[in-house]
This record gives sequence, C-alpha cells and structure tokens, in this order.
Amino acid sequence: MATLTQTPAPAATPVAARAYPVGHEPVHNYLREPRPADDVRGLARAWEWIKSWALTVDHKRIGIMYLVAVSFFFSVGGLLAIALRLELFTVGTTIMEADTYNRVFTMHGLVMVFLFIIPSIPATLGNFLLPIMIGAKDVAFPKLNLMSLYVYAFGAMVALYSITTGGIDTGWTFYTPYSKDTGTAVIAMAMGAFIMGFSSILTGLNFIVTIHKMRAPGMTWNRMPLFLWSIYATSIVQILATPVIGITMVLLVMERTLGIGIFDPALGGDPVLFQHFFWFYSHPAVYIMILPAFGVISELMGTFSRQRVYGYRAVALSSVAIALLGFLVWGHHMFTSGQSPVSSVVFSLITFLIGIPSGIKVFNWVWTMYRGSVWLQTPMLYALSFLFLFTIGGVTGIMVGALAVDIHLHDTYFIVAHFHYVMMGGTVMAFLGGLHYWWPKMTGKLYNEKLGKLSALLVFTGFNLTFFIQFIMGSQGMPRRYYDYPDMPWLQPLHQVSTVGSWVLGLGLLIVLYNGLRSLKVGKPAPGNPWGAVTLEWSQCTSPPDPHNFHHTPLVTHGPYDYHVLFGPSGDSVGDGTAGPAPIPTVEVGAPQETDQQVDDGTSQPDPLA
Amino acid sequence: MQADSLAAAAGRTAFWTGNNGLWLPPQSSTTAHEIDGIFNFILVLGTLLTLFVAVAMVYFVWVYRRRSHTDRPVDVHESKFLETVWIVIPTLLVLVVFFWGFRAYVSTSIPPSDSYEIGVTAKKWAWSFTYPNGQQTFSEVVVPVGQPIKLTMSSQDVLHSFFVPEFRIKHDVLPNRYSFVWFEAPREGVYQVVCTEYCGTAHSNMGAKIRVVSRPAFYAFLRDGFLPGEEPPPSSPAQIGERLYTQRNCNTCHSIDGSKIVGPSWLGAWGEQRPGSDEGVYDDAYVMQSIWYPQAYYAPGYAGVNMPSYEGQLDSTQVYSIAAYMRQLNGVATAADTTIVTAGAAPADSTSTP
Repeated sequence: MATLTQTPAPAATPVAARAYPVGHEPVHNYLREPRPADDVRGLARAWEWIKSWALTVDHKRIGIMYLVAVSFFFSVGGLLAIALRLELFTVGTTIMEADTYNRVFTMHGLVMVFLFIIPSIPATLGNFLLPIMIGAKDVAFPKLNLMSLYVYAFGAMVALYSITTGGIDTGWTFYTPYSKDTGTAVIAMAMGAFIMGFSSILTGLNFIVTIHKMRAPGMTWNRMPLFLWSIYATSIVQILATPVIGITMVLLVMERTLGIGIFDPALGGDPVLFQHFFWFYSHPAVYIMILPAFGVISELMGTFSRQRVYGYRAVALSSVAIALLGFLVWGHHMFTSGQSPVSSVVFSLITFLIGIPSGIKVFNWVWTMYRGSVWLQTPMLYALSFLFLFTIGGVTGIMVGALAVDIHLHDTYFIVAHFHYVMMGGTVMAFLGGLHYWWPKMTGKLYNEKLGKLSALLVFTGFNLTFFIQFIMGSQGMPRRYYDYPDMPWLQPLHQVSTVGSWVLGLGLLIVLYNGLRSLKVGKPAPGNPWGAVTLEWSQCTSPPDPHNFHHTPLVTHGPYDYHVLFGPSGDSVGDGTAGPAPIPTVEVGAPQETDQQVDDGTSQPDPLA
Repeated sequence: MQADSLAAAAGRTAFWTGNNGLWLPPQSSTTAHEIDGIFNFILVLGTLLTLFVAVAMVYFVWVYRRRSHTDRPVDVHESKFLETVWIVIPTLLVLVVFFWGFRAYVSTSIPPSDSYEIGVTAKKWAWSFTYPNGQQTFSEVVVPVGQPIKLTMSSQDVLHSFFVPEFRIKHDVLPNRYSFVWFEAPREGVYQVVCTEYCGTAHSNMGAKIRVVSRPAFYAFLRDGFLPGEEPPPSSPAQIGERLYTQRNCNTCHSIDGSKIVGPSWLGAWGEQRPGSDEGVYDDAYVMQSIWYPQAYYAPGYAGVNMPSYEGQLDSTQVYSIAAYMRQLNGVATAADTTIVTAGAAPADSTSTP
C-alpha cells in the first residue's frame, strides 16, 4: 500500500494509472499469507502462525528460516573467532587453556564451514530467489525443500550434541589418526556432518531440476541471471561431491567403533588415504562456498553499474568450468603430507588452470563498470570489497599453489589468511552485499543506507586489519592452530594488531545486524524495484513478493541485464526532445508491476536509442 | 645428553631482522633462495595485479559515477580482443609460475648423496633425534655447518610436521612410515623447529632447536655428548629428572608448584597414600606406572585425561631420575638422588634398561 502512496501524482505520469492486479497488492505478501483466520485468537493464533511457517512449502519462507539459522550460526562462529583472537593477544595463557582453545578453534571451523558457509548463499538467497528469477511459482519439489531444512536442523543438533560429550578437538579436518584416538565427541560431529550432507544434496537436486524444467516462457539459458548459473554449477558440485564426505565420515565412525583399520596406522591403515577422501569433498566444497558468491557479485555489478555484465557467457561458463575442474585439485592440500611427488606436480598444474576462470571473472566484473553508471550504495560497496579481497585471495592462492613455495607456506598463518580472504573476503562479503541488495525484496523494508555504508567500511577495514597481517606472520613462520607462540614471542605485536582488527570487524557485523533488525521495526516500506534492476524478482514482483510470486507466469523478453528496458520502449522521445531523458518511475518509487507492457509478439524492433 | 646452555641458546629474537625484508625469514639454508625467488616473483606480480584491479575499480567508480537516477549508460559491446587478452596473459603467467615452482620443488627436495643422516622421532609433544652412533638428543639437534643433513622422520602416535622457517623445509611426519627432509646450513647459529600439523594439547609447544656448529665442535659433541667450552651437564638423578621435565615436555601438563594444568602437579604428597585410593603409596612404582601406562590408573579429578604412554620412550633409568626429581621437589630427596654419578657407575637399576 505504501508504495502506492509514493507514486507521483497520477496526472504527471501514465504509469500511476496502472494498478496492481486485484488481490496482488504488496499487502498480500508471503510474510502475511497464508496466516491464521481472523477469528483465531490468543495462544491458538500463535500456534497457527508457527504451523504456517514450520509446515510451509513456500520456498521464500524456507529461505527466510535458513537465513535465521545461518545468521545464528555465523554469530556463534564469529564469537568463537573473537575468543580465539583474544587468546592470542599475549604469549602464554590469556583467557583459556590449550585444550579449550583446541575445542574452540575446532568448533569455529566446523560451525563456519558446515553450519554457516555451505548453506549460506544457496540455501537462503538461492531458495528465496531461484524460483522467482526463472519466473516459477516454487522449486520443483517444495516438500523436499522443506525436508532439506529439517535435515539440516537435525544434523546441526547432532553436531552440536558433540559439545555435551566433551567437545571435539580435531580441527575441522578430522585428520586421522588423531581423530581416532581423541574423545568420543568426534562420532557425534562426524554423524552431524554426514546428516547435513543430505540437506546439501537435496537442495542441489531441487535446484538443478527447477532450473531445467521450470523456467518461464522466454527464459532461455542465455537469459538466466548469472546468479542462477552459479547456483546451477554449485548444485552439480553439491550432488557429486557430498556423498564422498558422507562415506568418509561413516568410515571414520566405523574406524572408531569397530576398528576396521582403514585409516589408523596402528591397525595397518593409511592416514594419507583419509586426507585424500576428505579433500576430495572438501576442496570441491570450497567451490560450493565461493561459486554462489560469484553469482551474487554478478548481479550487484550489473545492477549498480546499470550495465550488462561484461562477458556474460564467459562469466557463466567459467562457473561451470570451475565446478568441474574443482574435482581435480584436491591434492594441493597435501603437498607436504607424504603423497607421491608426481601427484603433487599434477595437482599443482591443475590448480593453476582453475585460477584462470576466476581471473576472467574478476576482470569481467571490473570491466562491467566501464562506461556504466556506478551507484555506490551499500551492496555495491560490499561488491567492490569482494573484488579487492578476492583478488588478494586469488593471487595468494597462486603462491600456495606453486609447489616449492607451498612447502614453506603450508599449514602456516599464510594459509589461514589466504582462505579467510577467499571465504570471508569473498563469500561473506558477497553474502552481506546480496543480503543488503535483496533485503527490501525479502522483508519489504528499506534499511538505513548510512548505517549500511558505515558497516561496510568497518567490515572492510576490520577484515584487512585482522587478516592481512596474518599473511606476513605466516610467511615468517607462524604455524596455524597454535594456542600459543612460545618459540616466536617476537610475533606478539602482529598478533595484537590482528586481534584489534577482529574487534573492528565484529563491530561492523554488529551494525549490520542492528541495521537489519532496526529496518524491520522502523524501516521505510520498500518500493518494488528500489535499485532499478531488471531481473524478474525486481521487475515483476511486489516487495515482499506475493505468496505465489507472480499473479501470472511472466513472459521473458529481454536479458537479465538489459537495463534499457527501464526507459520504456520510447525512451528519450518523450516530449519535444529538449527535456532530457525520460523519468524512470519504476526506479524511484516502485510503481505497480508492468506485467502487460513488455509482451513480445515477435514484431518488436530493436531500440534505436540503445 | 647435552649441556643446559644449549637449551637456553637464543634463536631469532626479533620480528624485523633487516635481513630478508618484511615477508620472509632470513635465508639460512642453501636452498632457501630458490623458494624465496619464486615467492618474491609472485609477490611482485600479485601486487601489480591487485593494484591494477584496485586502480581500475576506483577509476571506473569515479569516472562513471551515477550523476542522476536517470543516467542512461552507453551500450558497451564486448571486445573479443580484450577477453582474449585476459585469458591468454594470465594463462602464460601461471604456466611460468608452475614450471618455476616445479623446478624449485625438484631441486630443493632431493637430498645430495653425501648427506649425513639423522633420525627424527616425533611424539606428542616432543622431538627426539638419533645420530648414526646411537647418541640421542631431545628437543635439540646439533649439526655441522656446511654439510647436507638428511632427516629421516617417523612418528610414534599421530601426524606431526617438521618445519624450519629459516630453512624453508617442511614435511609431515607419519606413523608407520618414513619421510624425510634435508638442509645444508651455510652459517653457524640456532634455528627454531616447529610442529605444523595439529597434534593435540601441546601442539604449540612442540618446538625444537637446530644448533649449527663448526665441524670440530660437532665431532667433539659426538664424542663427549656436549659441546667444547661448555660444562658437561650435571648428572645427579634429580638433575637428570629436572632436565627431562622440560626436554620431554612434561611441563606442558604437569606443574611443579602445585597448580593444576592438564595433569596433576608433581608437587604432592610423596610417600603417602595414592590420592583417592587405599592401596599403595605414592612411590617409584606409582611414578613408573603413571609414565609407562598412564591409562592404568587415574588420579581423582583427572579421569579420561589422555596422557600419552612413554613406554619405550623413557627407560627405567630415566623414570628413576624423574622420581628422584619428584622427591627433591617434595623435600624428601635421598642421598643417592643428589649424588652425581660418575662415568661407568650407573644408577642402581640401570641394568634393567629395556
């Protein structure tokens, strides 16, 4: 309703004359419908509300529930990280003992990897946006989608149960034989990872089928937003790689309970075999984490440059190339582990090859701004942070991919810094950018732009302060997973800079949280298309979307980044031609949806002004 | 055994050595420069690339900033030439880096045939070194300058990793398997070894020192067990036990001042009832059981603490010495505990050495 009130005076523009279809005004949105009948009151009403969410098969509500869950686990993992950095503030015991520290860094890794970052973008933004972006009402298997949420929740509970059985201190990598000998909490955590794997597989399966079978008329593969290409590539990896971690976790549990002797040298097993199994999943899992981020960045760079993403096809196909090549590089985690030197050489070569598609993407994103119209809103700030940080993550990846150099850098803080630049500087920046970008769509509220920019600045500064200095510490020899550094007390000042940085970073993230919660309470109602984007979720959907996304299946007549359609078919020819460009009401106020405007009857001519 | 002064010898003491720039430790092995060369090459190239991306970003953001919400950008068509350029040039660069890294890997990882071989045993959470003549040292190894040294390494429990930042060498140490690294130090000095494969409680304390000395000094060390110009280590049982306390990293889990770290403190009621039990007293047998078979009996409050067994690691002489040290700590040392044993006259039970 509020969006209507913002529409300029009816006489001034013909756009306002068009009304929302009856029953599809923004007030009828997925957050409010379905809901309890008006005559249900009190506790019964609350119970009905809970049921309407807990039993929903609406991909949007499932996406929101995932968002709440991953935000919670991100906060938990983040607090653990703050504790780790605080412990390293001084040489010796600062706030915790060695065994506690080992459990804390293990939980930090496991929570961040399995509970946060793997489901982060695909399960939240992916679930919410994928059907809308292709013009469908829901994913192909809505009930399976809900089930994957519950499988994730169950797996998370099993994993967290390990805390009650003494906590797990193996590191997130579970390397044998240590994980075979240490406390029993390993079993619960391994089973938790096993169970959550199914959630990942089911989501991937659902997305692949949805993209193949449910695209709206006119939504060809080459008109798909790049976010969908990257989700598609991610889903392939999820389906093909996740079973391997499942098998590995089962073998680990069997090793512990039955002593089958496959990984434990004391029983004739091979600990390096475990590393092969583990990384066969966990390296592709790195692409499960970063590929969706690539998709988000493509959307942000396009919309906020108001320019077609440069090299659309190269960016789309490089995602698929990365997904496939990603299966062939796991051995670069094991250059010093005792695998054969010949395989180290082969893995090093393929590792370099996979760097190329990532490089292509970065150049294309930067060039998207060329002769564009760059709008520095909060999501764009996060996208630019991503480009800078991911480039650093990428070139340091080249360093650790070079065989001889990795011998020196392996298992040091250099590695820690490298993967935080890729995972946090990459995926988390993209996630935050995407969250800001789609926040008006998801919640129907505008967040405070000033607070948003402040948070982006703090996160960027804090991140670099925390992690850049870790590159130097690492190349100077600081090993990772160290509770203390008694042999290198001269590193203390560097550790302190890093710890202070973690506070700045934490403050920035707190502001993000505050800004989001604040917008729910006092945020201005969001127009349908506040950014002037042309993908379907913006151009054809109210904010927040209708429970069924669209009031009729959209007909797609243009590419995802053809921003000229915003200007209408006649563009500048409005008036006598002296008044400058035509106004763009859809950008300013989110006018009612122009679903009837762009029907392609096959006779339309190319825009002469484009 | 080696002199205590060795354990106290200083290695690197400052972050800024002024020797090899901001990024890398000083080059202290003959192969370090090969790794540093390619590291610096990628560093320069990567910095240029990052700057290029950053400058292009800032430039575009400024020049093409949105001036009004009605901005209509020009329709940009992709340039096949530009796309080809940024596919081909990075490909060539990474291939150069790959071959360079590969060559450096080959030339730094194969030990020369005239290497002097020293055995390395890793165990939670200490390193021990065995010379060809059978001599053993703990947490410290003395090697001659200008001589290729090959370390043949194996672990007795979990994975460890042998890393010497100043030599640029690293390799995982696995149970039931030998792995090796080699180095040749061109200068005398003390260099730090750290463990870089996570191995549990005292992972971060699992260090060792490599002491590079002149060749005559090294031969004297092999002959005497200590370096020339240094005092032979005091060798009463209590003193040996005191050294073992730090060399074998007992101090990681056991305090000597009564405080609780991971395991019980060694300052306790020697000779009284075993804590929490009505059978047996706190005596040599109890100490030996606790060191060799730690899981056989848990003192109250420490159930399930996973102390590694030192059976085969510490012989009965050494266990006796530790017991002597404990007696000394508790003020009940006997005359034998503080008597320096002269060469040839071993402690009473040394004949039972396994």
